[in-house]
Amino acid sequence: MSDILLKVRDLKIGATVYPPGEKPRDIEIVHGVSFDLERGKVLGLIGESGAGKSTIGLASMAYGRGGVEITGGEVWVNGRDILKTTHGDIRKLRGGEVTYVSQSAAASFNPAKKIMDQVVEAAVEQKKFTRKVAEGRARELFAKLGLPDPDNIGDRYPHQVSGGQLQRCMTALALCPEPDLVVFDEPTTALDVTTQIDVLMAIKEAIRDTGVGALYITHDLAVVAQVSDDIMVLKMGDTVEYGTTDQIINNPQEEYTQALVSVRSIDHEEKKPTPEPVLSVDGITARYKGLNFDVLHNVNVELHPGQTLAVVGESGSGKSTLARVITGLLPPRDGEITFAGRKLSPDLKRRSREDLRELQMIYQMADVAMNPRQTVGTIIGRPLEFYFNMRGAEKRKRIIDLLDEIELGEKFMDRYPAELSGGQKQRVCIARSLAAKPKMIICDEVTSALDPLVADGILKLLLDLQKIEDVAYLFITHDLATVRAISDSIAVMYQGRVVRYGSKSEVLNPPFDDYTDLLLSSVPEMHLGWLEEVVAHRKMESAGN
Amino acid sequence: MKNIPISAMIGLGFTALYFVIAVFAPLLAPYGMAEVVGDVWEPSSSEFWLGTDNIGRDLLSRMIYGGRTTIFIATVATILSFVTGSTLGFLAAVLGGWADQVMSRTVDLIMSIPSLITALVILAMVPVTIPILILVMGLLDSTRVYRLARAVAVDIAVMDYVEAAKLRGEGQIWIIFREVLPNALSPLVAELGLRFIFMVLFVSTLSFLGLGVQPPLADWGGIVKENKDGIVYGIGAALYPAVAIATLAISVNLVADWILNRTTSLKGGRG
Repeated sequence: MSDILLKVRDLKIGATVYPPGEKPRDIEIVHGVSFDLERGKVLGLIGESGAGKSTIGLASMAYGRGGVEITGGEVWVNGRDILKTTHGDIRKLRGGEVTYVSQSAAASFNPAKKIMDQVVEAAVEQKKFTRKVAEGRARELFAKLGLPDPDNIGDRYPHQVSGGQLQRCMTALALCPEPDLVVFDEPTTALDVTTQIDVLMAIKEAIRDTGVGALYITHDLAVVAQVSDDIMVLKMGDTVEYGTTDQIINNPQEEYTQALVSVRSIDHEEKKPTPEPVLSVDGITARYKGLNFDVLHNVNVELHPGQTLAVVGESGSGKSTLARVITGLLPPRDGEITFAGRKLSPDLKRRSREDLRELQMIYQMADVAMNPRQTVGTIIGRPLEFYFNMRGAEKRKRIIDLLDEIELGEKFMDRYPAELSGGQKQRVCIARSLAAKPKMIICDEVTSALDPLVADGILKLLLDLQKIEDVAYLFITHDLATVRAISDSIAVMYQGRVVRYGSKSEVLNPPFDDYTDLLLSSVPEMHLGWLEEVVAHRKMESAGN
Repeated sequence: MKNIPISAMIGLGFTALYFVIAVFAPLLAPYGMAEVVGDVWEPSSSEFWLGTDNIGRDLLSRMIYGGRTTIFIATVATILSFVTGSTLGFLAAVLGGWADQVMSRTVDLIMSIPSLITALVILAMVPVTIPILILVMGLLDSTRVYRLARAVAVDIAVMDYVEAAKLRGEGQIWIIFREVLPNALSPLVAELGLRFIFMVLFVSTLSFLGLGVQPPLADWGGIVKENKDGIVYGIGAALYPAVAIATLAISVNLVADWILNRTTSLKGGRG
């Protein structure tokens, strides 16, 4: 028997689309992809959304999700073509020979059943092990994956463990039946960076120790570089480049791969603070209605005209709450906000139209930030109408100017949001806030829902617009690469407090406090062996203490 | 308009037919509404197409005039119930807090009594005229519309684009009619067809019980009431209104379905 575990040849996958008002038609979403995976090796599938990477991953289990159909090609697992085999055989394959780890463990576990029952289910169902053996094996895996209290954690329900732990439980679930192949579909994407690093290391060690082969699907090249032996870069259902990890990272041949490798290399010169800040947040403490603890504790930050303050933190650190307090959606319990030399009323309803106009906001999810029933022209035109009383030709001319500024152009004026791509939607949202001629824009995770190359474009656009319009940004993000690219000053938040605040060079250079150090060192870097270096470094430090 | 499916065509045709008959009733009816022209319960003949009723009036003329009354009352009452119900529902969703609580609990209170009983009590106390009938039916039914409108609007009111409008400083009127209403239209239109038919049934029921349209004015429920005794003798006069109501119900809903399909498949529509 050869040591080729998975052999995919000329795989073609199609789907039926239902465009509104037209007849349904068939489209091809994967156009003939081929690759080999040896036993015990990891192949990384990387690409932007819509590249077909998850679809290919699922095809290796002979599965098409949501109306997707495998239309051609061959998928050989352990020497047989699973596309030509019987249903019974495929049932044995799934959960036995090939298993799957999905992006959101929280959505994939059944909340009504204990973790252990779900982890051993496939192995017992497939009659690979008896329940007792499977449970023992699960406990071993829990320990190997670094879960706390591995003997008893299986007795808990999914909501009783954290997100990162649940993702590791899911990995245990996939490894429990001793599969030959595991498909990891964005297993760390939903996690915070500091959690991601532990899960990543656990997955990597588990793969190495159990000797399974794995497909690792992600959009983050820096992550895949840490775990895989080979990488396949996909774009729109086609292979762009296929090679060893070393070659893809250090010597990419195709232009597209080079762009992916060099993403977020925007150079941004830090500006000096001015004497008069546009926004100063002074001693803000806030809590939500019905909670008996504060979400923000005594937050003090300043933002200078035409500059960018990045607010960084993990989920739950209070950074979005800070934005809600500044906009007036959540009146603070204590402290005050000065904006453009005026004291801002804590309550949105009592702010003047001028205050509202000069302080704009851009949201994370551009598709729900725009009314789906309004055209782009209406969306951008409304602030012009509302704040400046523009009508008719004057308004139209200004809308076209704004559309040109965001690099879209006049032809987009009559389109609906649903007809735009993710990046274009976010551009329209930027234009809408610029239409108000604001002094300051709050950007709440504006690039985190976008693919890296698109996000890069948005960041560049924001920086260019800052130069032209002299607008200040309060940039909320969890992504440190973004912070490096655009900020002049940085506030690091942790559990509702600002733990580190200063100019970019101060914050990003040592000496660090513990949390900032942890956060900075957890950001995946695009070179081989980074993961091991960080983990070794941390072990040394904890040994030294 | 060329892409109308066959089912919607049929629905549209029948609905239009009913409304045309209702509007031009005096021109179309062969005899007067309350004119006694023949014997009691005459069978259908070339003179009386559907026969005559319990006191010898032409049944076809009664049906045509009755349709006019029934459709008119149902239409105006539906419009009333939708305007009040959806405006209040949207308002409750956008305002939230105690305003929402007061409105919603009041509606719950009204809904906890079967609307037919409420209507019977009110109509027994006040003189039954057509405007009063419309008012009672419309307001009682608006509680149902309120519930739907509020449920739909609550989902919409938490969307970022509504928050963006609030941050822009827009008033409640703009938020309700420009941000919420266009996105709530599809479920409301679907409900409109259904509620219209419920209104037809409601007014027919009231008339059947003698508290709706008062004789000698004709309406479909009243015709059933007047002729119900004929069924014992094998006279089908009471069944004609039933057929009329059934065909109207089906055709209106065929149209509502089609509009629903169209609005949901609008670019970027909900669901």
